[in-house]
Amino acid sequence: MSKTYETVIGLEVHVELATKTKIFCGCSTAFGGAPNTHTCPVCTGMPGSLPVLNKQVVEYAMAVGLATNCTITQYCKFDRKNYFYPDNPQNYQISQLYLPICRNGGVEIETSAGKKVVGIHEIHMEEDAGKLVHDEWEDVSIVDYNRSGVPLIEIVSEPDMRSAEEVIAYLEKLRLIIQYLGASDCKLNEGSMRADVNLSVRGVGETEFGTRTEMKNLNSFKAIARAIEGERARQIELLEEGKPVIQETRRWDDNKEYSYAMRSKEDAQDYRYFPEPDLVPISISDEWIARVKARQPEMRTEKMERYQREFGLPAYDAEILTGDKAFADLFEATVALCGRPKKVSNWIMVETIRMLKDNGMDPDEISFSPEHFAKLVELADEGAVTNTVAKEVFELVFREDIDPDAYVEEKGLKTVSDEGALRAAVEKVIAENPQSVEDYRNGKEKAIGFLVGQTMKAMKGKANPGLVNQLLRELL
Amino acid sequence: MEDLKTKQKNVISDETIEYVGILAKLELSDEEKERAKRDMGEMLDYIDKLNELDTDGVEPMSHVFPVNNVFREDVVTNGDGSEATLANAPERKDQGFKVPKTIG
Ligand SMILES: [Zn+2]
Repeated sequence: MSKTYETVIGLEVHVELATKTKIFCGCSTAFGGAPNTHTCPVCTGMPGSLPVLNKQVVEYAMAVGLATNCTITQYCKFDRKNYFYPDNPQNYQISQLYLPICRNGGVEIETSAGKKVVGIHEIHMEEDAGKLVHDEWEDVSIVDYNRSGVPLIEIVSEPDMRSAEEVIAYLEKLRLIIQYLGASDCKLNEGSMRADVNLSVRGVGETEFGTRTEMKNLNSFKAIARAIEGERARQIELLEEGKPVIQETRRWDDNKEYSYAMRSKEDAQDYRYFPEPDLVPISISDEWIARVKARQPEMRTEKMERYQREFGLPAYDAEILTGDKAFADLFEATVALCGRPKKVSNWIMVETIRMLKDNGMDPDEISFSPEHFAKLVELADEGAVTNTVAKEVFELVFREDIDPDAYVEEKGLKTVSDEGALRAAVEKVIAENPQSVEDYRNGKEKAIGFLVGQTMKAMKGKANPGLVNQLLRELL
Repeated sequence: MEDLKTKQKNVISDETIEYVGILAKLELSDEEKERAKRDMGEMLDYIDKLNELDTDGVEPMSHVFPVNNVFREDVVTNGDGSEATLANAPERKDQGFKVPKTIG
């Protein structure tokens, strides 16, 4: 009864590539077009139309393969995967089965269980399908083929993961690598990164794999973690009851926290693959691989080292800033404008991350410009505005990308260092707070903090705090 | 034709033709099934004939022409194709193809 089980997990990760056009035609891949506006005879599978491969797709796939330690298949081809479904107007998907572009790679992940390498079995190129939307008024579905033919790579891992934590670490690692390469924005919630989870359980110590199921429809890290826990529990329960686990595709319902066996197109998993006759093979020379390699941008580890060396940042800062490409990009662009790397780093690590958290946003949703951010860092660092004012202005930069110089000027928020004006304010505070004044005179050092606060309040946060302190001590 | 049929070597079972029908999303009448079984058997007979050729050491060929690396640059060349695309829709709603309810 109290047998301990091990969970064995492999992932199939689909990533939408950041090309301007589709994989086999000159239609745009831009989001948000009215339904079916980005379509042509090729991506809607019209008889007689012929696909022509987008070179950028091959280069992105190679770049991801090289960054994940794969071997590039120097002679590779496309194959046809046949199935009938309304999202697939050709009745087949052009994919790669026999000679995928990348093979035998792996990435290192780190979790509470330590470091380990998750193997990558292969990466292949393929096309995305159209989108089915259930109609609100009629019992019908509406098909939009704008996504049909958008390039994807599918990254197939080895069954090397043993927990939800490892799965998330692996996905985060892949996402970071691919974002650094600029090959995709990898947004799970928008579907530009999608993960199917293959999961089986077996008794600890067993060497044979159990029967696995495949789970689809996982669109956040949290959903993936919950689905893994849920499916693990479901399979263990079956085994404990002496029932078999059925190899099938299941759809995770994150609201109900349960997975359901999928019917429809998954019924007949017989895709009758055959070599794609409309596309000629791809031959990748050593020189081409070398060119792609030479163009690889700086990856996280190198960036982390450089931030410490070039900008003198602490390791901790370098780690946080490079942990998301959006932070690294913002940091570099801002420092290029105003220098002060440590100050810029602080503003990102404290205020920016706080605002993101408060607003439930991801770092890649940052929309303010490095120009305005740099001006704010300068204003604060030069003491032209107080910390309090700077934080308030930052919130506006974050929300509306305002120009801090103009705003501070217009609202008269510059720090008041004029001694006459401050002296008057301090005198008034002293007159209004006799109790605190007496406390201070009786040796309660803390009381001065209250008086400083009152003065700052009276000055609407704009008073030069050093000067206020000095004046208070003098007048008391 | 009669001649060929009598010599047919490959016999397609009812289960196979049923399965192929499901894959192809075809509903066949009993009469059509019989005809399809015969046609398929004949095709396989022909493949058997091709298999008589010794192809040991010959690379499988997927393309006739010795051409590799035909690419396009990543540049948008197509504009709004929705009217032409939707002209083929048996039924349309709004800007989309209307199909029986399907779960994505
Ligand atoms: Zn197209």
